Amino acid sequence: MKQDTLFPQGSIHSVTGKCMYLSGNDIDTDRIIPARFLKCVNFDTLGNHVFIDDRSEKKGMHPFDQNHNKTANILIVDKNFGCGSSREHAPQALMRWGIRAIIGKSFAEIFYGNCLTLGIPCVIIKEEDASSLINFLNKNHDSIFKLELEKKMITSKEHIWEISIDNSSQRMFLSGGWDATKSLINQIEKIQTTKSNLPYINSFQKLQEKPS
Amino acid sequence: MKKANLNFYISSKTLSLNTLYDKIWSLHRVTELPEGSTQLFVGLHLIHEVTSPQAFAALDEKGLKVLCPERTIATVDHIVPTITQSRPFSDPLAEEMLQTLEENCKKHSIKFFKIGSGNQGIVHVIAPETGLTQPGMTIACGDSHTSTHGAFGSIAFGIGTSQVRDVLASQTLAMKKLKVRRLWFDGKLNQGVFAKDLILHVIQKLGVKDGVGYAYEFAGPAIDHFSMEERMTICNMAIEAGARCGYVNPDQITFDYLKNKAFAPKGNAWDEAIKWWKSIASDKNAIFDDEVRFNASEIAPTVTWGITPGQAIAIDSLIPSPESLEKSDQQIALEAYKYMDLKPGSSLEGLNINVCFIGSCTNGRISDLQKAAEIAKDRHVAKGVKAFVVPGSEQVAKEAEKQGLHKIFLKAGFEWRKPGCSMCLAMNPDKLENNQISASSSNRNFKGRQGSANGRTLLMSPAMVAAAAVTGAVIDVRKLINKKI
Ligand code: SF4
Repeated sequence: MKQDTLFPQGSIHSVTGKCMYLSGNDIDTDRIIPARFLKCVNFDTLGNHVFIDDRSEKKGMHPFDQNHNKTANILIVDKNFGCGSSREHAPQALMRWGIRAIIGKSFAEIFYGNCLTLGIPCVIIKEEDASSLINFLNKNHDSIFKLELEKKMITSKEHIWEISIDNSSQRMFLSGGWDATKSLINQIEKIQTTKSNLPYINSFQKLQEKPS
Repeated sequence: MKKANLNFYISSKTLSLNTLYDKIWSLHRVTELPEGSTQLFVGLHLIHEVTSPQAFAALDEKGLKVLCPERTIATVDHIVPTITQSRPFSDPLAEEMLQTLEENCKKHSIKFFKIGSGNQGIVHVIAPETGLTQPGMTIACGDSHTSTHGAFGSIAFGIGTSQVRDVLASQTLAMKKLKVRRLWFDGKLNQGVFAKDLILHVIQKLGVKDGVGYAYEFAGPAIDHFSMEERMTICNMAIEAGARCGYVNPDQITFDYLKNKAFAPKGNAWDEAIKWWKSIASDKNAIFDDEVRFNASEIAPTVTWGITPGQAIAIDSLIPSPESLEKSDQQIALEAYKYMDLKPGSSLEGLNINVCFIGSCTNGRISDLQKAAEIAKDRHVAKGVKAFVVPGSEQVAKEAEKQGLHKIFLKAGFEWRKPGCSMCLAMNPDKLENNQISASSSNRNFKGRQGSANGRTLLMSPAMVAAAAVTGAVIDVRKLINKKI
């Protein structure tokens, strides 16, 4: 697993980096992260186990093990990616491996929603654009791409491909509103006002002074 | 009885007004959020080892701090063994979960009621008994039975792990306002019938989904007479009725319970508090979204026969046939007969029991143990039955031992355990084996809930569990009261 930089934060306008392609329709969340890895006190180690069973079967030839993909952060997939169980562990595992955006022909709904709450844009690409992008990628593994959510496109130095994203998700990424915690914290002044108006707070505050 | 026979007063268009729920909601409202939800301040946040670790991890990832560490209290309950609690636990994962909680609490300056502190126990037992739970508060915990705390006239509800993170970070939550349904209870419970029977009766009548979208206000003469522990039992299982929270308006019984509790207001603050607590109760002319009426004197000891808490019957009636049920309940009934290996039209009385469990956040408090001990006294656990008592907290254990209840239980052949969730959900060594049948004072009879994929659970009051233990079979506890069997 790559010791990655920061996890997504704030408004997300674009994701820049290397792309990798994982072929196959209907890749379910059990494959992304098998059930036995859900017994954990945190999501920290999930990145190591992303696609673990598929990978051990392919003995180093799985896209997530190929050398030229080791630093990729944009994942290209086929249809109905992320179907199956609703586990948030799946996008968590991908994110912890280093994925910051996913381009696909279609996504399973719950998986899409889970990615949204983590700040990972899942964008749609048309069949023919996907083929052209994957073709280009196969010949140019080290190319740097830029996925732009406002302009709805992914570009390399030489090319532009169109992508699509639904309006509300687009707005949430651009504004940073995908991060519920953030919108809650943003109201810090109002939070303090509400707190100070609560009659029970003062007597309750003694709590911390008591020995346990 | 089907729903149509109930006395419904539905005023679907009217939004509730001047209820305790409305008042607490307005007071804790921080702002309206763009997506249409309300940002609500959380007055008391309770955490435990199972649903908090990922939330803390998420906080660290985002580089966030706990905004109001003094408003969060932690304990450990789900994974603790109840035979010996010496460390390290023999289950390494349980040990890791506890250590993670300890570290998180230390790092974020959160008060932790650890094992041996005198205050450890099931989260929904310890917060009330230490006086942390008070009227007028909003209370959240990553656990669905947080509804228990509503017994004090608070709005208390369970939340998910990502919401635990949000409360830690902002002391607030994005919430949608619920409707309020008043459940009114005339009359009084008869001898041998308990709060647990009342709530199982309600869930049987209204179903397990009817409360979805509602807060349940429990009111009426029967509730007015209830002790705080009885009120906690019914609010605890409001969630089993589908209601995310349930509450009882605070009254003199509430105040008497809280007086002199460790974290209750003292001196002048106490008088101020009472004034305010009285003011937040639902007004006499409060408007409810709807109301359902019951007569408490018509309720009999109630026992579940199936795989949802709504699949219950009065002990003196028979397991329903599929045709007698509403269409939407028939499928799950068929599944239940099969799983439980019980036949429609048969009686539960006389059904042999393998395991008897007295404990949990529903019925693991001192009055529950007292009622069970009354039945166990001078009797003995039937041959071949494993019976054990798990106090809900260290305080409950201490008080029970002071009163000599443990001796009564031990003499009668029950095991006397250390506090924890135990076999309520079996995330610890206490588990059913194979298709054993248990009589349990806990709250969920889901398939596999008690630790065996085909284990079977019958929910009932602690007195009924004790009665089953000493006779070896399900029995109407009223037959044992004041009699020698
Ligand atoms: S006793 Fe049971 S229901 Fe209550 S908190 Fe523990 S596991 Fe949950």
